[in-house]
This record gives sequence, C-alpha cells and structure tokens, in this order.
Amino acid sequence: GQRSSESPKNSNQSFAIVSFKWDHVKEPYIIALWILVASLAKIVFHLSHKVTRVVPESALLIVLGLFLGGIVWAADHIASFSLTPTVFFFYLLPPIVLDAGYFMPNRLFFGNLGSILLYAVIGTVWNAATTGLSLYGVYLTGIMGKLNSGLLDFLLFGSLIAAVDPVAVLAVFEEVHVNEVLFIIVFGESLLNDAVLYNVFDSFVAIGATNVTGIECLKGIVSFFVVSLGGTLVGIFFAFLLSLVSRFTKHVRIIEPGFVFIISYLSYLTAEMLSLSAILAITFCGICCQKYVKANISEQSSTTVRYTMKMMASGAETIIFMFLGISAVDPDIWTWNTAFILLTLVFISVYRVIGVIIQTWILNRYRTVQLEIIDQVVMSYGGLRGAVAFALVALLDKDKVRDRNLFVSTTIIVVFFTVIFQGLTIKPLVQWLKVKKTEHREPKLNEKLHGRAFDHILSAIEDISGQIGHHYLRDK
Amino acid sequence: RGVPGAFPAPGTSLLSLAVTSEQIEHLHRRFKQLSQDQLTIRKENFDSIPDLEFNPIRGKIVHAFFDKRNLRQGSDGLADEINFEDFLTIMSYFRPIEMNMDEEQLDRFRKEKLKFLFHMYDSDHDGKITLQEYRNVVEELLSGNPHLEKESARSIADGAMMEAASICVGQMGPDQVYEGITFEDFLKMWQGIDIETKMHVRFLNVDTIAHCY
Repeated sequence: GQRSSESPKNSNQSFAIVSFKWDHVKEPYIIALWILVASLAKIVFHLSHKVTRVVPESALLIVLGLFLGGIVWAADHIASFSLTPTVFFFYLLPPIVLDAGYFMPNRLFFGNLGSILLYAVIGTVWNAATTGLSLYGVYLTGIMGKLNSGLLDFLLFGSLIAAVDPVAVLAVFEEVHVNEVLFIIVFGESLLNDAVLYNVFDSFVAIGATNVTGIECLKGIVSFFVVSLGGTLVGIFFAFLLSLVSRFTKHVRIIEPGFVFIISYLSYLTAEMLSLSAILAITFCGICCQKYVKANISEQSSTTVRYTMKMMASGAETIIFMFLGISAVDPDIWTWNTAFILLTLVFISVYRVIGVIIQTWILNRYRTVQLEIIDQVVMSYGGLRGAVAFALVALLDKDKVRDRNLFVSTTIIVVFFTVIFQGLTIKPLVQWLKVKKTEHREPKLNEKLHGRAFDHILSAIEDISGQIGHHYLRDK
Repeated sequence: RGVPGAFPAPGTSLLSLAVTSEQIEHLHRRFKQLSQDQLTIRKENFDSIPDLEFNPIRGKIVHAFFDKRNLRQGSDGLADEINFEDFLTIMSYFRPIEMNMDEEQLDRFRKEKLKFLFHMYDSDHDGKITLQEYRNVVEELLSGNPHLEKESARSIADGAMMEAASICVGQMGPDQVYEGITFEDFLKMWQGIDIETKMHVRFLNVDTIAHCY
C-alpha cells in the first residue's frame, strides 16, 4: 500500500488546500476496492459465454483469487488479506443463508424434510466419524509419517471436512439445473447439517483438553438437540416478530425493507450469542416469515427486498470465493503431507458415496417418489465442500491443535478440488447421465389454480377420513 | 348390503379396490362415526366435521361424494345418501400408487383420478366445463381470501379458460367459440404433470383421532 505523503514537519506549513489522506480512508477504501474488483471480475467472466458455460463461476473466482493473492504476495511478500472467520461468519455468510431461506420453496422443502434431515444429521455424522477414524487408522500404520495429532484431532478434522457446504452447492447447482427434488435434498442437507457440524466440531474442541468420558459424550448428544432445536426456535421467534412488525409498517413504507434485513440478522446474532445454531436460526426465520412478510408489505418493498437480498447474497458469494483463492497464497500455513491430503480426498468421496447409497436405500422404502441411482450419483458428486469448512479450520488454535497448518492446507486443497474439479465436471456428468432436469417454465395459470384446488381437496379428504396428515399442516 | 354395523364381507367388490384390510377397518370406524351408527350418510352428516368448515371448496368436495358418476354405478345425477361401499369407492380415488403397477395400470389410475377432478368442476354434469362453471370454481377457491374481489376472481377464471383453450384447440379463429373443456381436453392440460404422485392421501395406521363433537 502507499504511504501518506504528508511531510513530517507539518506543524507550521501553510494551510494545504488539498492533501492526500490515505491512512484516513485506508480500511473502507480497501474493502470497497475488493468488492469492486470482484464485481468487475464477474462482468469480465460473463463477457465470454463459452467459458461460463463450461466453467462454474465459483471456480473462476477462486482462480482469480489465487492470481491476485500471488500479485499481492509478490509485491509485498506478505499475505495481507485473507478470509478471516469473523468476517466470514458475521458478514458474508448471513446474507447468503437468509437469501436461501427467504426464497426457499417451502412446499418442496417440507415435503422432503424427512429425507433432508436424514442426510443432514445421520449423513454428516457418518461422514465425520468414518473420515476421522479412517485417517487415524492410516496414521497409526505410519504411512503419514510424523504428526502431532491424536484421535481427537483426527475426529475434529473429520467433522469439519465432512459437511456439505451451502454456498458451494448453491453456486454450482445453480448452473446445472437438476430437478428440484434433487436440488432441495442436497441444498437442504447443506443448510441443516450446520447444526450437526458446529455441534460435533464444538464438542470435539471442548473435549480436546479433558478426557473423553461417557458423560461428555452424553452431553454432546444432548447439546446437539439443544443447539439445533434452539436455533430453529430462535429463528421462528424472530420470524414471528418480523411478521408482526410488517403488519404495522403501512405508514413507513420507505423503510419497510430494512426491517426484513435487520430482524433476520438479529436472529442470526442472537442465536450465535446463545451458542445455538445461527445458520438454522436465520434459515428458519426466512422460511417462516416469507409468506406473511410478502403479504404484508407493499409491492415496491417486496421488490426492493428481493433485489437487495439477491444482490447481497451474490456479492457475498463472489467475495467468498475470491478470498478463498487469495487466502490460499499464504506460505506460512503451507504444510504438505501427500498421504494425508490424498487420503482425505479419497475418504471423503468414498464415504459420501457409501453414506448416500445406504441412506437412500432406507429412504426409498418410505418415499413415494423414489430416488434412483442417477439421483444418488448426483447427490454424492454434488456434496461439495466450501468456505464453511475453511472458516472453521482457520478458527483452530495452533497451540491446541498442533497440526493446524496441515489441516488448513488440506482443507484448502479439498475445497479447491470439490469446487473446481467437481464443479467443472458435474455439468457434463449430469448431461451424460441424462438426469431429469427442471422444467424451466412458469407454471401456467391452470396449474396454479388446480394446484390450489388439490391442496384443499386433499386436506378435505384427510379431514373426512379422520387423518391428520401432511396436507392438514400445509393447508393451515 | 350387509348386516348393520358389521364388516363388509370379503366376497364383495371391495377387494378390487386394493385397499388393505387395516385401512378398510379404519375407514369403517370413521364411517360409523360420521353416520352416527346408521347404514348410510347424507350430506348433512358432513357438517359434523369441524375442520371442513374452513375449506373453501367444501361444497364441491361433499358433492363429489354423492355424485353418481364417481360411484361407478354407470348412472348420472346425485344420490341422496351413500353407504359404506360408496364411501370406500370415493376414498379409493386417493390411494397412493403401488410399486408393482405396470404402464397400463398407471395410465388407468391416472385417468381415474383426473376423471374425479373433472366431475368436481363439471357441476351440471354435461361432460364439459364451461366458462361459468370455471368461474364458479375459481370464486369458491379464492373465497377464503378477503383481499380478492369478485372481479379479480372472474378475470383469473377467464384467463385460465383462455389458456386452456389455447392448449386444447390451439389458435382459434375470431368466429370460433370455445364451448367448454371436455374430458379429453382436460387430459391434455394435465399432460406432463405427475398427478399420480401428488393426488393421494397416505392412510397411516393411526387410531381414529378423537374428535370433540
């Protein structure tokens, strides 16, 4: 960066009409510049239609980040910018998750909630446990050489590398257009596994020092329920608050959109403060308030909310990927261990496939619409890891987890691999397997009408036959 | 048609409906509840279901139970009362698809469900859904929404009708009049939408929910 050009013996100089005050604006200026660079990059990418059809935007952004990071490093020999967990968790992630929740197709989501929960909870625990244990097992055989980690450290790493990332899934699946059921299952999984992820992660970090006793394990399981249900409740509470407030905003239409964002953000922060699942809170806040807010606020406000949300989410996503690239250029953290890195990649892929197959087999006995082999392939392949894993690993304390740098490097490589390689190849894969795509058309008026009639009919039949079923809740 | 209050004999045509005996038992209990232990139920018996009151198209749904076209009797018009067998017949329109159905069965299944829907819309039983009937349906559907005026409901219905016409007949000349949606047209409208997977109620093995009557 440049230094201020004010001369040191300033005291009795004449009044300078114009002066260059870099230090004064340094912080916000740099932030604004990065945002500008990221946005300009997006424009440049989309100039070439051929490239964007093949390469997912996220991959391009990461590469750009690498490039820029390289420049900064070459110029200054310092890694001055990186994706700090604070910035990520407080400013970049909430808009994306809120956007996901607010525009969540509720019907589809709740219709498939059972499957989503299974994958999110059982699937993530499975992935975490198997990956961690396998890595530990291999470590014991000595192939990895000398490491300073114990079983708990491996499990810790397993837990943070296990979870499917919502940002990455959104970014890649958006361009692939698989059918909505498939998308909602993978995406729903990526959102809900947050509860499991943080929980498992936190418990391992906490247990790290003390011994693993039965009571600690029990506490871990209980805390899972508390964190996830608590987070959800916080979200629902704020959704209620928001819906209530939006009923009275008739005379302050101009700031109406503001309420949506502020209250949702508060739900995120409140959950975080109570050490509950913040992602679940803001997701469910968005999911639950959708209908009421859209009904209560004016047309213009609704449009404003929509576009602002999309813009913030898209902007945050762009910045995340770019910074993922930049943060990678930090020679301080680079630790290479071929066996560890390679095996991690292998294990997460293999165990995901196995996990998906087993769970789908169980689920298919209860689902009307079956999940076929092709769907399972996409689900396994689309289980991308992303920035969340990176942010979590960056949070690790180097003193407590001696091999932190190795974990960080491996995480970076895994994230790059999944986003770039899997992102690049998923489109041809989907086309090759002839996955059933979404019918990308506006539902016709008749469809909407009949859809409504349906719901009422089915609800009535349920009432008449004395059932309380899915449609009862939907109708209400 | 069987001893009062007793279970229908296995020899009846009920088995052809492929509903499990558990489900039949459950529905039978429900039927007895609704009919207050009589052999048949009338339209008034449906008033005793509290949640049904809030349903905007309750009129049409209850009507569908008494519609002779749905009762597979080959006749037309409205029945005054229905017995348990008829009740089951109507419920069978809502059973979920079974795993072992082949193409032909699936197709027949789909047609049956769509026919049920069609009869609901075609209130004057003339085999066509006219514009007036369509308007009627839309008004009823949207009656629960206080913000929507009758005018808007009418325009929605008109728009939907035009859309249906364009699907079924294609480009119409200025003199052509679209009489109404026939069943074939109705089928055309629903092409591509998996009604079989959506139009069913899962009869779970739960005890009859205690209703506070």
